Amino acid sequence: MAEGTHKLAIFRGALKFKSNVQKIWGVLIFLSIVTTVEVALGIIKPDFLMNYFLSMKLLNWIFIILTLVKAYYIAWDFMHVRDETGSLQGAIVLPLIILIPYLIFILILEADYIFEVMNSGFVSWNF
Amino acid sequence: MELTAAEKEANLWAGGQRPLKASYGKLMMWFFIVSDALTFSGFLVSYGFSRFKNIDSWPIADEVFTHFPFLHGVDAPMYYVALMTFILIFSSVTMVLAVDAGHHMNKSKVTFYMLLTIIGGAVFVGSQAWEWKNFIKGEYGALETKGGQILQFVNADTGKRVAIADFAVSIPTERSTHKGSNGIWYESEGSLTTYSLAEVVEGFESTENLVIRSEKLDEKGQKIVLSRDDSLDKIENAVGVVEGANLIHNEYGNRLFADFFFFITGFHGFHVFSGVIINMIIFFNVIVGTYEKRGHYEMVEKVGLYWHFVDLVWVFVFTFFYLV
Repeated sequence: MAEGTHKLAIFRGALKFKSNVQKIWGVLIFLSIVTTVEVALGIIKPDFLMNYFLSMKLLNWIFIILTLVKAYYIAWDFMHVRDETGSLQGAIVLPLIILIPYLIFILILEADYIFEVMNSGFVSWNF
Repeated sequence: MELTAAEKEANLWAGGQRPLKASYGKLMMWFFIVSDALTFSGFLVSYGFSRFKNIDSWPIADEVFTHFPFLHGVDAPMYYVALMTFILIFSSVTMVLAVDAGHHMNKSKVTFYMLLTIIGGAVFVGSQAWEWKNFIKGEYGALETKGGQILQFVNADTGKRVAIADFAVSIPTERSTHKGSNGIWYESEGSLTTYSLAEVVEGFESTENLVIRSEKLDEKGQKIVLSRDDSLDKIENAVGVVEGANLIHNEYGNRLFADFFFFITGFHGFHVFSGVIINMIIFFNVIVGTYEKRGHYEMVEKVGLYWHFVDLVWVFVFTFFYLV
């Protein structure tokens, strides 16, 4: 990687920084805002976020999506993946994007089944 | 010797070139990071499996992680763990600044920022150890039934948790922890709990406004509190006192809760600790001028990648363990 050639725009070019150091502080401020929002929601737990969407609370959906956003910025800017060549970006991201959702899918499916079995199948936990 | 574009293309993967435009060392670090990310994903997904399987009786994180340093007795749910997250993200930032200073061959800045990163990492590991200590020590204590259910106690009027130390009576007994020299069949045992089952049960029966809180959650996601009569029935099933947490059982609820807590945060803490050690080694190398001599600070960048990976894992552990 050629030193000193950093891409200085984030949010798809909407926010362009003057130097790499500025970009780092900018990303930190963004991550802090996101974390504060998450912690505040976690403490307050507003009622309208307690509705379910696809059998998970909206509040939890927000946590997971915000976490993925944070992960994107940590990887893309702190780990400089934004400046790497496209094939290296793909080599890092694609295995994770394929394997991890698949793993989540099969295990949550199984857990749901076993929960149902133990819940309605027989009396198992009354003592 | 000038090569044509086609010949360059053919030679790109023939060795001696940098096909992905990154050095060997950096590629190897990314290799390691991707594989370790999958390892942690396996841990977190298995945690999700166990939790989903017991989704109607899992402990509520807000009620377990309520301690804040120097604020004894104050109920501070999640504040300390949020602070730990900030500290780790901040140490990640100082690491990036160190990498950037390395690109400009600014040795003193690299030294300064790496020192801040090491301190941040050490504070994080210390904080995690403090959380473990509080978790292992426990706060209120509970009873365990034959089937492994955990019975906690609340005040019937206020609904607030009551520690068994507050209502257990004292029954003098000669029963003490068996050592190898005097135990049954000369076997030793783990230390006895502070209060025995008889002391707790008698204290419960003589204190009128105490009720039992079961592990099950109602539709609103709160633990179901039994009536006084149901509690008196339920306490007949208790077979032991649980104080704090270990790998066998814990006073917070499901046995797997403590197991997964220790395993996942322990693995992550071990990664942070090894990251701090590696950072210290590179820090000393920066000070003695190894990278000045080498002409580039790429080692700082590679170690920075590992440190950011550790931060990323923590972001996910924090979300799935404490928030969700």
